[in-house]
Formats: sequence, structure tokens, C-alpha cells
Amino acid sequence: MAKVLVVTSGKGGVGKTTSSAALGAALAHGGDKVVVIDFDVGLRNLDLVMGAERRVVFDLINVVQGDAKLSQALIRDKRLENLSLLPASQTRDKDALTEEGVAKVLNELREKFDWIVCDSPAGIERGATMAMRHADVAVVVTNPEVSSVRDSDRIIGLLDSKTEKAEKGDRIEKHLLLTRYDPARAERGEMLKVDDVLEILSIPLIGIIPESEEVLRASNMGSPVTLNNPSSAPGRAYFDAARRLKGETVEITIPSDKKGLFGKLFGRRAA
Amino acid sequence: MSLMSFFNRRTSAPVARERLQILLAHERGIVGGQPDLVAKLREEILAVVRRHVMVEHDNVQVKMNRDADISTLEIEVEIPAPVPVGAR
Repeated sequence: MAKVLVVTSGKGGVGKTTSSAALGAALAHGGDKVVVIDFDVGLRNLDLVMGAERRVVFDLINVVQGDAKLSQALIRDKRLENLSLLPASQTRDKDALTEEGVAKVLNELREKFDWIVCDSPAGIERGATMAMRHADVAVVVTNPEVSSVRDSDRIIGLLDSKTEKAEKGDRIEKHLLLTRYDPARAERGEMLKVDDVLEILSIPLIGIIPESEEVLRASNMGSPVTLNNPSSAPGRAYFDAARRLKGETVEITIPSDKKGLFGKLFGRRAA
Repeated sequence: MSLMSFFNRRTSAPVARERLQILLAHERGIVGGQPDLVAKLREEILAVVRRHVMVEHDNVQVKMNRDADISTLEIEVEIPAPVPVGAR
């Protein structure tokens, strides 16, 4: 049974696209058939983060409007054959996304894939509401920072009221993904702790992604961090989160890129 | 980790720079003169093919590769086999 997963946050810049690419690739790495969809019409970036920007021919809106078949718009990842991307349109505006059109595309995708990962745009406008509308599961990406936590709270409210599941009286499964977390700063009292954020938002935790240079390095390379460096701290953290999404019980840890003596001597220059 | 990848570890920013330059050149319409040239070409080429043979929408595959010096648009059209004379 295919699952529609929305990666959302309200606030921009917290790591939705990074997380969509990393989780999508991690799920596909485990053998599942995965498609990641960019809902950020007009400001697409998932193609760039996944390294497929040169290969975009058709997009989500072409499919919604019937100008292209789904099979023509899907871009198969060059590293993982069971991972595909459905890019957003760069030129049209968000009003082109109709609820019926999106539902039709998702139903067609449900037949071909195990996971449909919807990368939501920031904000609470049409693109964001369309991305969450038909979701079974939501991953709320949050930074340990006041404005991000506040916006996540707002998004959780929308997940509980504006989604198809919520309107039918069902509860949408919601998970918190805490990103850019710095355990040392949290320990020193300079950053909200995991428990602070969990207490405020009161939704279950799916993973903690530590602040890491590897995330920028992966996006520079156009490769999800789980493929670019699977053994890095964020790579391992995303793999663990993907396993939890699949229902496995994995103890929550905060992986770290702790360097040995060699790394300390030579690694610092990268920063 | 191989030796090569060890030495390449610090070189991600130049990759990012090159990818952005190629992408933005296309998006700004510097390469090819107009930003949606490829989309137009695609539509017109398909229209010409359809004028002469019946083509199922499903049997058309369009692939694109944008590079700095050259971009390629690959259109694969599956043309139905002619019905043999005796089979009519």
C-alpha cells in the first residue's frame, strides 16, 4: 500500500528540500520504490538538490494540465533506479495546481510507488496546502529556534484541519524531524533542547539531524546527503529516520561527525 | 573511501558554481536565446510528426540534457508498424 508523505514546516530554510531528498533516497536505498515531488511551483529546487536540473523536460503542472503523461515527466535518478523525481514548474504560478489535478496524479503514482514524498513549499499558501492535502503521513521539519517552532505549530494545526484525512475525521500521522541541531550548544543552554521542542509541539520525534558541513557539501554536489555521504552524521540520522518511518523501532540518537586526531589536525580547514 | 575521493572532498564549491552557471544561463535565456526554447521545439517537432503519422501520446519519450556548450533534446517517437496488405 503506497504512502503519501508530506515534508512540511511553514518556515522557509529549515531543511524541507534537503530532508525530502535525503529521506526519499534513504527509503529507495532500502529497496522501496520512491518518488519525490516538488510542490514549490515557480521556485523549484528539488531538481537542483538531487542533481537532475539538466534533465527536466516536463513538470508536475504539465501532468496536471494533461500536456504530458506522468511517465514522461518522471525523472529517474541516475544513482538509484527505484528513485524518481517529479519536478515543479519554474514558470507557471501556483494557481495551476488544482485539487482534482493533484489528486489524479497522486492516485496514478500510488499504483507505481511505495512512497510518494511531497516536498512542500514554505508558507501556508496554495502550494503548501496542496502538498499536504492528500497526505497519509507528515514530517514536520523544525529547527531548534523560536520562529521555526512557532511556524511548525501553525502547520500542525493545518495538518489537523485542512487535510483530506482530517476532514474525514481521521487523524493524520505526524512526526517531528528536528534539523540543524547542535547538542553542545543545547547543553550549554544556548539552543532549545530536543525535549523543549517536543514538549511544546507534542508530536512524536522521527529523528534528530545534527548541524553538519556535510549537508552543504551534498547540495553543492547535487546529491542527497544519504547518497553523497551515507556514513556522515546527517546521513546516518536520515537513514535512521527512514527506518522509523517504515515502522521499525530504532533508538533515537544524535549521530556525530566526531573527528579523530587526524581529522582534527586536517579537517578544520574545510570550515 | 578511495584516495581520489579523499582529495576531492574539499572541492564541492566549484562543482556547485559550475552547476549554477549552466542552469542559470539556461533559465535567463542566455543559452539558446529564449528561456522556453526547448519547450517550443518539443511541441513543434511533435506537431510535425503528428501531421504525417498517428502517434500515441504514450509512445513519445523526450529527454533533455543541458550543458555549458551544447544542449541535446532527444525525442523518441514510436511509429506504429504499417498494417500488412493481406491483413486488411
